[in-house]
Amino acid sequence: MKSSAGAKMWSSMKYLERRVIHAVLLLVGASILSFLFSSLAPGSFFDEMKLNPQISPETVAALRSQYGLDQPLPVKYFRWVKSVLHGEWGYSFAYNQPVRSLLMVRARNTLLLTALAMALAWLIAVPVGVWVASRRGRWEDQLTSASTSLLLSVPELVLALALLYLVIRTHALPVGGMVSTGFDRLGSWGQMTDLVSHLIVPVTTLVLASLPILIRHVRASMIEVLQAPFIQAARGHGISRSRLLFHYALPAAANPLISLFGLSIAGLLSGSLLVEVITGWPGLGPLLLEACFSRDLYVVIGVVMASTLFMIFGSLIADVMLVAADPRVRTDYASERA
Amino acid sequence: MKPRKKKSKRKLIAAAIFLLALHLAILLAGFVAPCPPAEQNRDFPYVPPTRVHFVDARGHLHLRPFVYPSAPRLDRLYEYTEARDQEYPVHFFVAASEYKIAGWLPSHTHLFGVDTPAQIFLAGTDNYGRDQFSRILYGGQISLAAGLLATGISLFFGVLVGCISGFYAGWIDESAMRVAELFLVLPWLYVLLAVRAFLPLHISAAQTFLLLVAVIGTIGWARPARLVRGIVLSARSRKYVTASRGFGASDAYILRCHVLPHTYGTLLTQAALLVPQYVIAEVTLSFFGLGLSEPMPSWGNLLANLQQYNVLVSYWWMFAPALVLVLVSLGYLTVANAFHQRLQSGSIE
Repeated sequence: MKSSAGAKMWSSMKYLERRVIHAVLLLVGASILSFLFSSLAPGSFFDEMKLNPQISPETVAALRSQYGLDQPLPVKYFRWVKSVLHGEWGYSFAYNQPVRSLLMVRARNTLLLTALAMALAWLIAVPVGVWVASRRGRWEDQLTSASTSLLLSVPELVLALALLYLVIRTHALPVGGMVSTGFDRLGSWGQMTDLVSHLIVPVTTLVLASLPILIRHVRASMIEVLQAPFIQAARGHGISRSRLLFHYALPAAANPLISLFGLSIAGLLSGSLLVEVITGWPGLGPLLLEACFSRDLYVVIGVVMASTLFMIFGSLIADVMLVAADPRVRTDYASERA
Repeated sequence: MKPRKKKSKRKLIAAAIFLLALHLAILLAGFVAPCPPAEQNRDFPYVPPTRVHFVDARGHLHLRPFVYPSAPRLDRLYEYTEARDQEYPVHFFVAASEYKIAGWLPSHTHLFGVDTPAQIFLAGTDNYGRDQFSRILYGGQISLAAGLLATGISLFFGVLVGCISGFYAGWIDESAMRVAELFLVLPWLYVLLAVRAFLPLHISAAQTFLLLVAVIGTIGWARPARLVRGIVLSARSRKYVTASRGFGASDAYILRCHVLPHTYGTLLTQAALLVPQYVIAEVTLSFFGLGLSEPMPSWGNLLANLQQYNVLVSYWWMFAPALVLVLVSLGYLTVANAFHQRLQSGSIE
């Protein structure tokens, strides 16, 4: 008995090990791909300087070679990998500092925004999804499904613009940036409320954009479980409705939701680009856009890699959680091996 | 179950008719739009949508709708009143500026118009006094064409890779699916921006358009490829395929006649999902100034006006392209939903 439990443990460890290796390989592949794309570029950051008569072509060439831009692609790639291993992630031409320090600040802001939005979206979507699943076909369900389809077809761009319109019209909230001017002079409570008031518009946009998908998935997987015989049996035993829904049905419906949760972790860094740019939130989105316009090569690659890292990390977390939550996944894997 | 099915069918038909009408109007933009997209009325910036009346100032009912010309208010900048002295009836099939029907047949007939000095701006004007209604129609030509073409590219590569990978299996399949995984894991909006950043910024409009479409389309091949591969994989082991092989059919014949038809439903559903997604991608890029540049209208360019706070707050009709965008997505998603339901009920039977 004990040895079989040990074997199961070992096999799921083995499974995770394989997943981690897979993730690392994916990451390497993604970095090679971004470098390949970047090699399509005919210009570089220093091309603008060539137009400036005060800078001699020799200086531009010297700068190019100083930053290694005159090297062939594989050399550039390996230099970049080395710099990643040193914790620098390449060098930003425009900001004149290692990319990592830039990324860290911006990624923190983005995470603050998206993590909050994700938490809120799930907190709303799960009860709503469970509730409409239990009222399948009635007016509450139909109303919710109509509004989710409508919301699903409103692009994030439009959503953000419409919210901004409302906020500016009503003068209810400050617009743009992360904090007001004079933030440093506020007390800690004042700083807190200031930050929150700046967060409301982007967070609401993100929540509204992700709600329809979440609600639909929760509803669909709940409906499937609610038809199962064990729910009928539990109902026959006179178990109360809320206990039935949240205690019996929801855990059984959790598997696809766990995968979805992993996906929303995956989108944490990359899901808010548009909203950040439109509402002026100083996250990774505006950084990437600026870097795109100024051809700040390593910043672009850094941002893409950081969000790819999160993508891969998120799906890895989903796998781990699935293995932890569902014994069937473990045994499936064990039997697959055997 | 039956009334549900009927309802979904009714929805599908309504959405399909709406989409058809919209695409036709956009294809025939020159005919439906009262003015050319770049025509400026410098005296009329930010005119609100012209109101179409049936009852005049004296309370008489007119059977033919009419408009009043807008006159700038003397006391306020960019505000207008209706000059109610004279009514200008809306005429249909009027002769006005020349255009080419669907890009080749020259014509001057427009669906509707009013006599000068009155003007009809159904969706208001922008900062140069250009008619937004016309610009939305002409812009749709670019945005929708981008969406449709990019979808075509994605599905083409998806079918190609999916078929080869599912049909021949083995190491080809293994490596193709690893690459697909790579493409799925990339954050596509970031990649789109990054790729666009690496392409030259100042090239001709046609080149930009093709590049955009090619980039958007090629990034999205992975999902359709995986779906097609799954279907091909299961279709390939059916008995009739083995039988057909026994009769000496070639791989190409089997693929074309026995395997590919299974993918059509999924492909249609995917297409209906991808088109709005790619239209939004084009809109997003143009909104950020990385797509087609002015004076070419595209829905993203039109929406880019809203980046200025004063426009966003004061001129609500500048949201008109957003409304059209929402309606297009809603139409396509409804169609995709209906296809998906049919596919699932089909597979259960």
